[in-house]
Amino acid sequence: MPDHPEHLGLVAHQFDDIEQQREAATLGMWAFLATEVLFFGGLIVAYAVYRHEYFLSWRKGSEELDKFTFLNISAGAWNTLVLLTSSLTVVLSVHAAKHGKNALLLRMLLATMVLGAAFLGIKFLEYSNDYREHLIPGPNFSPEVSNHVQLFFVMYFAMTGLHALHMVIGLGLFTWLAVQTLRRKITPDRHQAVETIGLYWHFVDLVWIFLFPLLYLVR
Amino acid sequence: MTDVLNIPAEPTTENYLNRQFTVRSWLLTQDHKRIGILYMVTITFFFLIGGVAATLMRLQLLTPKGLLVGPDMYNRLFTMHGIMMIFFFLLPSIPSTIGNFVIPLMLGARDLAFPKLNLLSYYLYLAGGTLALVSLILGGVDTGWTFYTPYSSTFSNEWVALTLVGIFLNGFSSILTGLNFMVTTHTMRCPGLTWFRLPLFIWSLYATSLMMVIATPVVAITLLLVALERIFHVHGIFDPALGGDPILFQNLFWFYSHPAVYIMVLPAMGVISEIIPCFSRKQVFGYHAVAFSSISIAVIGFLVWGHHMFVTGQSIYGGMAFSFLSFLVAIPSAVKVFNWTATLYKGSIALDTPMLYALGFIGLFTIGGLTGLFLACLGMDMHVHDTYFVIAHFHYIMVGGTVLAYLGAVHFWWPKMTGRMYPEWWGRFSALIIFLGFNLTFFPQFLLGYLGMPRRYFAYAPEFQVLNVMSTAGASIMGIGYFLPLCYLLWSLRWGKPAGNNPYNATGLEWQTPSPPPVDNFEQTPVVTHEPYCYHLMEMPRA
Repeated sequence: MPDHPEHLGLVAHQFDDIEQQREAATLGMWAFLATEVLFFGGLIVAYAVYRHEYFLSWRKGSEELDKFTFLNISAGAWNTLVLLTSSLTVVLSVHAAKHGKNALLLRMLLATMVLGAAFLGIKFLEYSNDYREHLIPGPNFSPEVSNHVQLFFVMYFAMTGLHALHMVIGLGLFTWLAVQTLRRKITPDRHQAVETIGLYWHFVDLVWIFLFPLLYLVR
Repeated sequence: MTDVLNIPAEPTTENYLNRQFTVRSWLLTQDHKRIGILYMVTITFFFLIGGVAATLMRLQLLTPKGLLVGPDMYNRLFTMHGIMMIFFFLLPSIPSTIGNFVIPLMLGARDLAFPKLNLLSYYLYLAGGTLALVSLILGGVDTGWTFYTPYSSTFSNEWVALTLVGIFLNGFSSILTGLNFMVTTHTMRCPGLTWFRLPLFIWSLYATSLMMVIATPVVAITLLLVALERIFHVHGIFDPALGGDPILFQNLFWFYSHPAVYIMVLPAMGVISEIIPCFSRKQVFGYHAVAFSSISIAVIGFLVWGHHMFVTGQSIYGGMAFSFLSFLVAIPSAVKVFNWTATLYKGSIALDTPMLYALGFIGLFTIGGLTGLFLACLGMDMHVHDTYFVIAHFHYIMVGGTVLAYLGAVHFWWPKMTGRMYPEWWGRFSALIIFLGFNLTFFPQFLLGYLGMPRRYFAYAPEFQVLNVMSTAGASIMGIGYFLPLCYLLWSLRWGKPAGNNPYNATGLEWQTPSPPPVDNFEQTPVVTHEPYCYHLMEMPRA
């Protein structure tokens, strides 16, 4: 930037130094996550209200979800495993970026993307199974279960769908990070992006930590 | 006149307006000052649309049977008036125009923390407004701005989803703006500018930003669910047919939309806290109290949403709690009013245009606030719920409060934005007729509501006609009052007197840099050594 020849593009023109820029980026992401908490919070309130009102139907809906398994373990549990592992690889990638280990950074970013894609893959199989079982809300919803179970599935698709959308955005961000790494744009001086996007990914992970018990576990 | 034309204020300096002139340099600008101007132009446009709808409504209500349109069209008119004015004018008005322009200047910063995000906010806002406008042209929406289910989700006409998507986008614009302001206030203050040296405008916008970031996502997800119900024909979440709960919609909606009232009025209070000390030449009375009252309004404002739902059959204990909390939120609001009044006491008051708007704000906001207490009473609310009493109450806050403060702010910072003074006589004149027209429009509505005229009706009983005619007459006067500033402010761009850096001899960092400010705001980063509003220490009389 013309105003700061000494920083040569490391610091955007509105900031005085890199410390201020880092502080702003981190605080900005935390504030955004506060927004996200309330965004999912609205859904969770609706879930809680209806769970309170239609307890038995909620139980039935949750049991329907549990029927779709791999190796006798529900798809939701597999997804929890996959996603928690991806949070580990994100932490490792932040560590690698801080210490300038570019090869490790790239490997960890790719691992995160593979795990994220695996999560979405499992989710896709689950959704297609729901489709076959007529569990997608709407005119074709299975006539064998009550309307209130349909309401459970409305909440299920709204919550997991919104979560999956966040995963897709996260995968896009990690792709961008991987490209930046390949172009040697990520250095120990300049690893803020890895940290900020990492925060986002942990949040998406945390949302699932709430969704998984709400939808699959509590009866 | 030609002399003024040929002698620009400071002929050689480069500023944010004259550095580049291309359309592209405006539309892709990341300069907070230019983005503020873009917002100002756009909200004026949406204000005109909402104003046209209001004009047609007031004309309709000249006669008891309705003068112009049928009931369906009337529903569309008041819906469009509400949507345009609330989502696309009031919410972004002071924060996005004035706030965008002056926050970095007040903080001694070169820009907001995230300039690109700021531009994105603007385009999200523009896209949202355009979608709402398109749905208006395609046939409109008749749900009212509140989109109550199951009417909005199941029974209403087809353009609800499009409008909802528009409001959803606008919500994200609001969130990103709030986030940007918050981070900027935390991280971009210049040396010496501690939290308790911040101008009160910054405090109130900080509180506003908190509410934007925390409340907006809730309405975003709620409206998204309604839009999904409509788009995929999954009637469920708020539809009793599947066991969905329409009252849940109202709870989620008001969890945002009551704080939204404070999102609209807190920035206005910040403006008043700037104008009053400047035109009384006194330090603001009780700086800390005013600053903390902003924060407590933001906090308590989150806990009062149920007072919109006293007649939905919510639990009586819930109603009592919400009633009590609504009384509680009046305390910090009153703290502000008393502190402004105490600031005026023994000040050397100059009745310039911004000050006239500020004084108008204090009076009208007080009436609006006190009638709000009537509505917070469980028993009284049963009587006047959904009547013109409510309409008059919130127009006293939203128009008498926010619009007056917005106009005051536009006049106050106009010399800083453009480098030109507005014509003082015309400014005072139009401030006066807006005040008179406003009261003539809305005071009769208190009476109408108390007598029992319901809101949102296209026709009414004949005995209400006199008051309705008064209201329509007042609206026409107010319309002229809005039209005048539009004309003379545009006129002043070319023929206004050059303003100089600090035409009001005001404190505050924004007045220490040239008008209009250079692209990077300050030639050197300023250093702050004392508290704000030190008017009592200033020797010079007002220029």
